[in-house]
Amino acid sequence: MSAAEDSRDKASVRSAWLLSAPAIFVLTFAACGPLLIMLVYSFLTKGQYGNVEGVFSLEGWRSILYSEDIFDPGVFVWADAHLTIFWRSVKLSILTTLLTLLIGFPTAWFIATRPPKSRPLWLFLITIPFWTNLLIRTVAIFEVIRNEGVINTVLLWSGLITVPFQITYTDTAVFIGMAYVFLPLMVLPLFAAIDRFDMRLIEAAYDLYASRFAVLRRVILPIVRPGVIAGSILVFVPSLGAVVTPRILGGGKNMMIGNFIELQFGQGRNWPLGAALSMTLLVIVTVALLVYVRAANRETSHG
Amino acid sequence: MSTDTAIEARHVVKAFGQGDGAVRALDDVSVEIRKGEFFTLLGPSGCGKTTLLRLIAGFEMPTDGTILLDGADITYLPPNQRPVNTVFQSYALFPHLTVAQNIAFGLQMLGKPAAEVKARTEKMIALVQLDAMAGRKTSQLSGGQQQRVALARALAPQPKVLLLDEPLSALDYKLRKEMQIELKRLQLETGITFVFVTHDQEEALTMSDRVGVMSSGKLQQVGSPREIYTAPRNRFVASFIGETNFLPATVVPGGVRLGCGAMVEMSGLAGSGPTTLTIRPEQVRLADAAEPGAIAAQVSNLVYFGTDTHCYLSLADGAEVIARLQSPSNGEVGLQKGQSVALRFVPGAAQVLAD
Repeated sequence: MSAAEDSRDKASVRSAWLLSAPAIFVLTFAACGPLLIMLVYSFLTKGQYGNVEGVFSLEGWRSILYSEDIFDPGVFVWADAHLTIFWRSVKLSILTTLLTLLIGFPTAWFIATRPPKSRPLWLFLITIPFWTNLLIRTVAIFEVIRNEGVINTVLLWSGLITVPFQITYTDTAVFIGMAYVFLPLMVLPLFAAIDRFDMRLIEAAYDLYASRFAVLRRVILPIVRPGVIAGSILVFVPSLGAVVTPRILGGGKNMMIGNFIELQFGQGRNWPLGAALSMTLLVIVTVALLVYVRAANRETSHG
Repeated sequence: MSTDTAIEARHVVKAFGQGDGAVRALDDVSVEIRKGEFFTLLGPSGCGKTTLLRLIAGFEMPTDGTILLDGADITYLPPNQRPVNTVFQSYALFPHLTVAQNIAFGLQMLGKPAAEVKARTEKMIALVQLDAMAGRKTSQLSGGQQQRVALARALAPQPKVLLLDEPLSALDYKLRKEMQIELKRLQLETGITFVFVTHDQEEALTMSDRVGVMSSGKLQQVGSPREIYTAPRNRFVASFIGETNFLPATVVPGGVRLGCGAMVEMSGLAGSGPTTLTIRPEQVRLADAAEPGAIAAQVSNLVYFGTDTHCYLSLADGAEVIARLQSPSNGEVGLQKGQSVALRFVPGAAQVLAD
């Protein structure tokens, strides 16, 4: 290689670093930095009025799974309440993902099969809820499902029920609320995948003796699978970390991980536990995604 | 209907849209396609040939009329219940499946036992000579190979009729020639009835047992390539299939009189009055002015085509006749622009058209 080429290569390497500098900056200070701080905090001792003291401790991590008996110091029992919260979070997030998929797929299909002229309008309508604050949307759902809300009023008036359904402050309420809030996040990637789908393949499959169900299962779903995966991730991840929706619709007792973490940094004054819980949530999300993407891809390669 | 009919369309009408804006893609089309024949629907784009194919496949339902398969009414049967398969213009191969999985698809959907699916798929892969590609995804194949997969996939379930919708149009010239021979071989080997749609008249003439020429939603003429070429029923068929000359003429006793005054002897003509005479360029010969039937003309242009030379001749009334003369070994036909010559028509080759 000549000297001129060498210096040109060096210059292009330098400009490549310069061009990626903003991204590296954001990743370092906005993503990795806070995570590292959380990781360090989780191994420190909790302070009297919140914050942490610079003494190494495994207390934060221990108290995720075990709690010390109040009357019998040194005796540790399973922290059932914590495990219930974890289980509820994972269960509700999976259910939310499934429900949004079930509603989102036909919706995205409908939009993708509209004439090209009216498609932007439908997509626009899907994104309208994003214009409103999450809190307001959640309160709106609350208005619909509360005991004196729209659903119960109509059901009572029609005589189908005599006592209002207790939906608010239950897991069901959180589930309905999250599905409503996160639905657009499922519809948009599904639309992108279905929009690219060659509709002529349906005719080809239909011509080759496939039933309607077989066309869906053997041709459409495998091909739009990347959209299904993307949508599921976009819904599952924020569901697992949801704070606002479970607090308003679930009330104080139907906490999810997000609320529990928030509690530790607030009234709980137990920052190490909050930090350890955050790290645990990160691990749960990562593992869940790895398992899901692996399984989805395996199915694709098997046809 | 005779027992050797595979597909029969009876007075089929297909209209798109409603009311005054409705377009008749097919206007009272009736045709019988025989078992085991290579039948081609030929016509310009928009003539309704693909619509007829889609009606036979079941992707569309006719507005009126009946479609029969082996004598049974299949007019309103969905595509997945018709023993008819299609080779699509875009191939429409399943991108998430391998070559072998694509070919096996139809058999699996029919619920055939796994062993049979495997054996039949392997046989089809061998038939279209794709043994080395069986495990590949279809996106890794060339256009010609994709075409073979599409053929094998449609043939695998052993349909009673195979429909081919302009399957060769996406291929380059050389590959198209190869695939024409390949298609004909597959048709002879499998004995399956092929219904082939094309706008390429050369493809239609070289491959088909019979051709149906379509235009503006109507079937203009059905016959062997030879019949269609030598005895076109109307002006559209004559002009669409091959090159031809049209000359205004008048029917007179014993033949027709051209605009330039020359007489062309023909027998069996009915009626009288103005008509159109058609003669293929290769049936026009140069002649001695003294020969009986010779027509005086002037060379207006010469175009060299390799094997032959097209000689543009003007008659006395200004009408133009193209003569296709075989090029001699040195390529010179020995004519100059502006030269006065005489031409004659090969006896029996000229036709009078109905319209």
